[in-house]
Amino acid sequence: MTLVSVAEEQEGGRTRVQEMRLILRLIRRDPLTVTGVFLVTIFILLAILAPVFAPYPDQGLGLPVPERILLPPSSVNLFGTDYLGRDILSRIIYGAQISLSFAFTVAILSSVIGMVLGAVAGYYGGMVDDVIMRVTEVFLSFPPLLLAIALLATIGPGLTNAVVALSLTWWPWYTRLARAQTVSLRESHFVEAARAIGVRSRTIVRRHIIPNILTPIVVQATLDMASAILVEAGFGFIGLGAQAPSPSWGLMVSTGRYYILTNWWFPTFPGLAIFALALGFNFLGDGFREILDPRLRRVVRLRT
Amino acid sequence: MFGMITLVFFVSRVIPSDTAQLYVGPKATAEQLRRAAEELGLNRPLHEQYFTYVSKLLTGDWGISLRAKTPVLGDVLKFLPATLELVICAYVIAILVGIPLGVFSAVRQNSMVDHGGRVLAVAGVSIPSFWLALLLQLLFFGTLHVLPLVGRLDIESSILHPISNITGFHVLDSLLTMNVVAFVDSARHLVLPSIALSTYPLGLITRMTRSMMIEILNEPYIRFARANGMTERLVIFKYALKNAIIPTLTVLGLSFSYSITGAFLVETIFTWPGLGTYTVNSILEVDYPAIIGVVIFGTVFYVVINLLIDIGQAYLDPRVRLR
Repeated sequence: MTLVSVAEEQEGGRTRVQEMRLILRLIRRDPLTVTGVFLVTIFILLAILAPVFAPYPDQGLGLPVPERILLPPSSVNLFGTDYLGRDILSRIIYGAQISLSFAFTVAILSSVIGMVLGAVAGYYGGMVDDVIMRVTEVFLSFPPLLLAIALLATIGPGLTNAVVALSLTWWPWYTRLARAQTVSLRESHFVEAARAIGVRSRTIVRRHIIPNILTPIVVQATLDMASAILVEAGFGFIGLGAQAPSPSWGLMVSTGRYYILTNWWFPTFPGLAIFALALGFNFLGDGFREILDPRLRRVVRLRT
Repeated sequence: MFGMITLVFFVSRVIPSDTAQLYVGPKATAEQLRRAAEELGLNRPLHEQYFTYVSKLLTGDWGISLRAKTPVLGDVLKFLPATLELVICAYVIAILVGIPLGVFSAVRQNSMVDHGGRVLAVAGVSIPSFWLALLLQLLFFGTLHVLPLVGRLDIESSILHPISNITGFHVLDSLLTMNVVAFVDSARHLVLPSIALSTYPLGLITRMTRSMMIEILNEPYIRFARANGMTERLVIFKYALKNAIIPTLTVLGLSFSYSITGAFLVETIFTWPGLGTYTVNSILEVDYPAIIGVVIFGTVFYVVINLLIDIGQAYLDPRVRLR
């Protein structure tokens, strides 16, 4: 522990605690990042505590109320009701569970698979590298969304299948990112030192390579969560994602689209939720990138 | 390229789904089923099927759509111009707004304009296009009654002023034949879907132009140009923007093929008779040859665009040429 922190202190002139404090201060200074943190936190809270926040939990999950069909927003139904009389606010709150779990699963699955493969390819080189990268290139030669749609159309629609299809489509981007980072790390002194004292390759990759390539991966994953939310909504919209009566936001906009001219609130509010959450993750990802990238940070500090 | 055809083929075959059943319909007898399977070559071994499939692809035979019983390649080419017209128009909007906005943001860094530009850029990539499309419909058709709701042409004008098919782009065709009524009508139909589709590339372009301009404006050669007493306008537009545009071009090209897919959703909303509507219908009816046809076409398109980007870069950036 002491060795590591001393090394870091010499390199950056700061201890880890100071580093964290600086990062926190930088987050607070940027209004866009704060907005991002705020939006994402709200939706996470809503998703976790959906039964508490939703005014009508059973309607959120799909219970029809025939006598309250397509009512405009009022004090009883803040965002109005849909074509089956369900409270749209409750359904949006339950929909947050779907969107967030989808985004987190896809981002974690694809980034972990991609990162490990990329680190292995970059560190070992040779045959391993060739095989992994050729496979990666095959996947990369597809337009990403089209591949996911094709996979989904063949394995059948559904939320779990959408997770699988999208993760299968996205991992190669992380592999490429991770490999490029690893290759430049491979020749660095601390990796060489580890090799010299006889640390096994597998341990080097796990303990020395992966922690050091984590930052760009995390930034990318945060930005990808925004895309995942949009993609999930898009899948729901064309009927490839979650199926009724699931409160998926994309599905709600999709069924609501025929009512846009007569009952505007029905597709508008679920769409607004998609927009807000995607915006939150994008602000957050952008903020992370500017704060964690030392090159951009220097610019920030010069301005203070 | 080859790998991708292989992948598509095996994914579509290995996944158990009864293609023959779909071909003849749910009420077919066992005898009909067997005949259909034979006709489609489904009873032969997998590697043999694969071989025939690839050789057919290369000769332009992309299979028959299970639903419409028409050749897939013909369908794809028939629906392509409508989509291209839409996507190109969206990109024209994105470039005309995005590049000036990015430049302005960079030049007045940390001003109100800059903050506005940044928010707009992020909002552009965060807004679901299909939702924006609905809102546009509500505003411009529902409330203001100024623009048409769906389609490429009004029925009235398509009968009275038919457009002769030259390029397949309605706007261009009607202009070439001096068909004013049809030109105005098709242009009016194009506005809303193009705006809905333009937000994503608009966000990307603004963001990219801004960050490249900021980086370049700090370069020594820019300082030198300023020191030489050149006007700010000349420095920005002639020396800085020229270099900032290259990476923007790359991002643009990549997102162009992405937008072809993104157009699916917008097309569905506006019942725009393009590839997207075709694909969504094919998905709904589980029409594999058609879906695979679109995927292969999209991939070819993607590869070609990537090649064009590389060539364009070599043309614009002498450093790439030397390598």
